[in-house]
Amino acid sequence: MTLVGTIFLQQSNFIDACYIVAFSLFIYGLSGLTGPRTAVRGNKIAAVGMAIAIVATLLTPHVLSGSSTPWLIALGLVIGTAVGVPAARNVRMTAMPQMVAIFNGVGGGAVAIIAWIEYRHHFFSGGSFWVEKSEIPTLFAAIVGSVSFWGSNIAFGKLQEILPGRPIKLPGQSFINLALFTICVGSAIALAAGVHSQGLFIVGILLAAAVLGNMVVLPIGGADMPVVISLLNAFTGLSAAATGIALNNTAMIVAGMIVGASGTILTNLMAKAMNRSVPAIIAGGFGGAIAAPAGPAGESGGTVRSTSPQDVAIQLSYARQVVIAPGYGMAVAQAQHAVRELERALEKKGVEVKFAIHPVAGRMPGHMNVLLAEADVPYDLLREMDEINPEFPRTDVTLVIGANDVTNPAAKNEPGSPIYGMPILEVDRSGAVIVLKRSMASGFAGIDNPLFYDPKTALLFGDAKQSVSDITSEVQDL
Amino acid sequence: MSTVTEIAILVLAAFVGFEVISKVPNTLHTPLMSGTNAIHGIVLLGGLLLMHEAHGVLEHFLLVVAIAFGTINIVGGFLVTDRMLGMFKRKPDLPEGPAQDELEGGDK
Repeated sequence: MTLVGTIFLQQSNFIDACYIVAFSLFIYGLSGLTGPRTAVRGNKIAAVGMAIAIVATLLTPHVLSGSSTPWLIALGLVIGTAVGVPAARNVRMTAMPQMVAIFNGVGGGAVAIIAWIEYRHHFFSGGSFWVEKSEIPTLFAAIVGSVSFWGSNIAFGKLQEILPGRPIKLPGQSFINLALFTICVGSAIALAAGVHSQGLFIVGILLAAAVLGNMVVLPIGGADMPVVISLLNAFTGLSAAATGIALNNTAMIVAGMIVGASGTILTNLMAKAMNRSVPAIIAGGFGGAIAAPAGPAGESGGTVRSTSPQDVAIQLSYARQVVIAPGYGMAVAQAQHAVRELERALEKKGVEVKFAIHPVAGRMPGHMNVLLAEADVPYDLLREMDEINPEFPRTDVTLVIGANDVTNPAAKNEPGSPIYGMPILEVDRSGAVIVLKRSMASGFAGIDNPLFYDPKTALLFGDAKQSVSDITSEVQDL
Repeated sequence: MSTVTEIAILVLAAFVGFEVISKVPNTLHTPLMSGTNAIHGIVLLGGLLLMHEAHGVLEHFLLVVAIAFGTINIVGGFLVTDRMLGMFKRKPDLPEGPAQDELEGGDK
């Protein structure tokens, strides 16, 4: 490269222009996600934006100065790529929530480290390094990044079943959390007001926030995990935006804030679909805590009718419209491909098949759609809850596979039920309901489901994958 | 850049974010989440910008870790999103129905 060229590339206007191109590409790319057809391209466009931002940063004057700097940067990039690529290639779609949690965690960790380095520079320069506006964003980024790192790692551990999924609670939990939060905020105020102590930064900010991250996520049950992941995603985004303000970097501000907005929207959406408020989830203790008292109620509900694959096959083959309501149980049994086969077999018989997807059908927003897409179910057969509910009265047979709470009519009819008010798939309004179930155990929320005792409901017990395959071969033989 | 300008950018980005993201259908919420997750890996830039100012083994080590974390976040996030989105297929030979138009969300 000629000298003139080098000078041109290092012009700060040129670098800033690159950042503007980068964040425009993020926004344009994300708007491609409004439809499955444009989404692949949208994601690639956002990735190009990221590449431009990284290259522009490397071209910034002094960034590569020093004999070891380029090598250390290269080392970090190589390690990150060597870990990230195989992880992304090999992860199973059922494990996607864990993957997102851990990727989010490392992002939060990076934010916390960068904030710490920023503080060290400030500290060792004798307190003169910081321009006024960098202080608060850096302290904010340190707290939120640390909470996000530890919280995400705990969420990962729970979803991966390294840690028990049930809520782990200490006595006086909310008091401890409040105390930790107060320590974080208090330390931040003290540091911003001019207290000059690296110890306070490490203990009062990074460490207290780390313990807080652990404490907040440990008491949350497996069922509420999707909400927590969305929330932590929003946190990491906001802390990245704060780092952007501290470092005067527009690309970081815009990108971080967009992620913050998206995480907030998804958090609210998930919470609404579970009929829970975000503060109540953070206060903890739902997903599994009330399982015990609800347990024996199963017998009081009445008798259940069980059925055979043959009968189900006949019922399905002579139906006009069949709706399949899959739950996470289907994914656990790895029955997605078997379900796809059944759908094809029924379609050959002229039966119209649709899939009813509850917003919290999987372990994160939209998870079920991904699982079915992986099994080659065309996305135009998938119906969102509000779209499919009016169709149930016109549906001859609904097949519930590994879903429980999201079909529980108690959410509509029984004001005393813990899930009362939660939006559900109104499968009980269809002509007949067939529930594929492993056993009579209750769902994630541990609540009995009156749907099973409905006279028009029949239960087919057994492994979901086996049952679906049996039904499919019966349908094909008819 | 002044603080006020940066806060203005922040606020505008929040509105753009809400606007764009609320148009994404439920179907694509998992890829959306892993995609936005990849985007906050932009904190990598912070690591890159600070490396040449680092003093001592600890700071250099921490920044290598931060850069590695950011890279995992970016590379892993975009790749896994691409993998997921590649799985979404439409039903072959199906005439364009109203449901599709709704799914496409009016883009283009």
